[in-house]
Amino acid sequence: MELHRTIHRLAGQCGEWLRGSGPESDIVISSRIRLARNLADFPFVRRCTDQDRAAIESNVRERLERCQDLSGLIFLDVAEMESVDRQFLVERQLISRELAESAGARAVAIDKEEQYSLMINEEDHLRIQLMKSGLDLENTWAQINEIDDLIESQVNYGFHDEFGYLTACPTNVGTGMRVSVMLHLPALVITRQIDKVFRSLQKISLAVRGLYGEGSQAMGDFYQISNQITLGRDEQELIRQVGDVVPVLIDYERRAREYLVRESQKDLHDRVSRAYGILCTAQTISSEETMHLLSSVRMGVNLGLIEDVEIPTINQLFIHTQPAHLQKIRGVELGTADRNIERALYLQRHLRQKSDESDNN
Amino acid sequence: MLHQLFLAGSFPAGASLFRITVQATTAAGVIMKCKYCEKPATFHITELTGPEMQELHLCEDHAREHLAPGETEAEPSSSSLAGALAQQLKIGQTAEELARLDQQACPVCGITFFEFRNEGRLGCPHDYIYFNAELEPLIVNIHGSTKHVGKRPKRAAGGSDWQTDLIRLRRELKEAIEEERYENASELRDEIRRIEEMAESGKRP
Repeated sequence: MELHRTIHRLAGQCGEWLRGSGPESDIVISSRIRLARNLADFPFVRRCTDQDRAAIESNVRERLERCQDLSGLIFLDVAEMESVDRQFLVERQLISRELAESAGARAVAIDKEEQYSLMINEEDHLRIQLMKSGLDLENTWAQINEIDDLIESQVNYGFHDEFGYLTACPTNVGTGMRVSVMLHLPALVITRQIDKVFRSLQKISLAVRGLYGEGSQAMGDFYQISNQITLGRDEQELIRQVGDVVPVLIDYERRAREYLVRESQKDLHDRVSRAYGILCTAQTISSEETMHLLSSVRMGVNLGLIEDVEIPTINQLFIHTQPAHLQKIRGVELGTADRNIERALYLQRHLRQKSDESDNN
Repeated sequence: MLHQLFLAGSFPAGASLFRITVQATTAAGVIMKCKYCEKPATFHITELTGPEMQELHLCEDHAREHLAPGETEAEPSSSSLAGALAQQLKIGQTAEELARLDQQACPVCGITFFEFRNEGRLGCPHDYIYFNAELEPLIVNIHGSTKHVGKRPKRAAGGSDWQTDLIRLRRELKEAIEEERYENASELRDEIRRIEEMAESGKRP
């Protein structure tokens, strides 16, 4: 019952990271840090028996509940969920696809503000992640570091003097930390500069991924930049490594936007207006097309070419028009064709309503 | 995909000059295998720099790698792990040595090095100690370092004997039950409970 209540409540609100506020939030959607941690007295998850997994889950849950300062956590049993509910949590970035798709006892604990989530029995026993709107890595680290300290006061983490925090995959060992910044880079895509940018990032050991992490396409021109190295540098250095490159990318994107405004203002204005027009009037529309058009509209709003909508509304539409969200908001299961119709209706309601309001003003 | 790569003019500075033809057969009409794998070679590359012209016949993947080294697109974590593993295993290990290494199993969780190589995931924290000699060069390959310099747990660091004992004992218990050695299983269960209770009460077993 708690699951349904929680998902229903989440569907009606908007995650902290979608607020569209925080520094540089026209281009930086969110800052995120995740820590990989393991208990010292269990095998890593892939090597666990069913009993091990169940014991880890109840053990960690019990200890998290003991942390006074973490009170108000909502525990969701991912193994017991229907697949649409798992997909809902993936779309919302509260759990990873790996946690959604694997088998066996696994769970997630989410805080009320939807700022952080604790995944139990993902690739590692514990994956702690915290997200903030805009570019705010320092505060993201300060907060997740505190949560990690609280959990560590209850749990014995697997730790090695030389190798640091021990993880199932040697690519995460050491700090166990992945620092990611999600950027919206439509102008670099339009001006075909994006590949060049990525190649230079790879040369300095930074990874580039799409909205939904590893292997996901760069839907809606969203890109996540993150560190690949986790050992041999401390947390501050890793934050700096990612944080230092973000202002450069923001500057490139701004310059590409200025270039588009200067060299082809009419084309650009036409492009975003058509995108907006389709989103307001379509009768059936796929998720892919929606993401693509919303991306143009988002840039149009940031450049002052569209004034009827606000950035938080658009940010939210990116997530609320995803398949599982549409079904949860509507409260029924829908096939692809019905979803496309429902999506068009949802977009009309949320975009037209806004422009009608501004007409009346 | 590959055409885009060329059109984008993405050759790294100082790259050599190529003449590339894309077809299922060579100019002479022969179907060839890729120089590096079993796939048919659809890319025929003539290197125009260097003292001699050189002909290369490659499949699409290897052509991409040859033309833009280090730029093949793939997801980062496991690909760099796979890359590092492959690189490491190429260096100085004979088939015999590798076979022997593959059979080594961690005494705590039972994972063999072969299983780790295949799955890319370790079995338990103790593997970092047991496979230390093999993992160290791998970790250097991935991270450029083996020395953790970041945060440390404030509590006594994990990985002490009683914790690895628990992992081993639970595995032995499972095996004892599977093999119907019930007397042994009940001893193991008592031992596990004893350690767990002492750990819970805060006394170090």
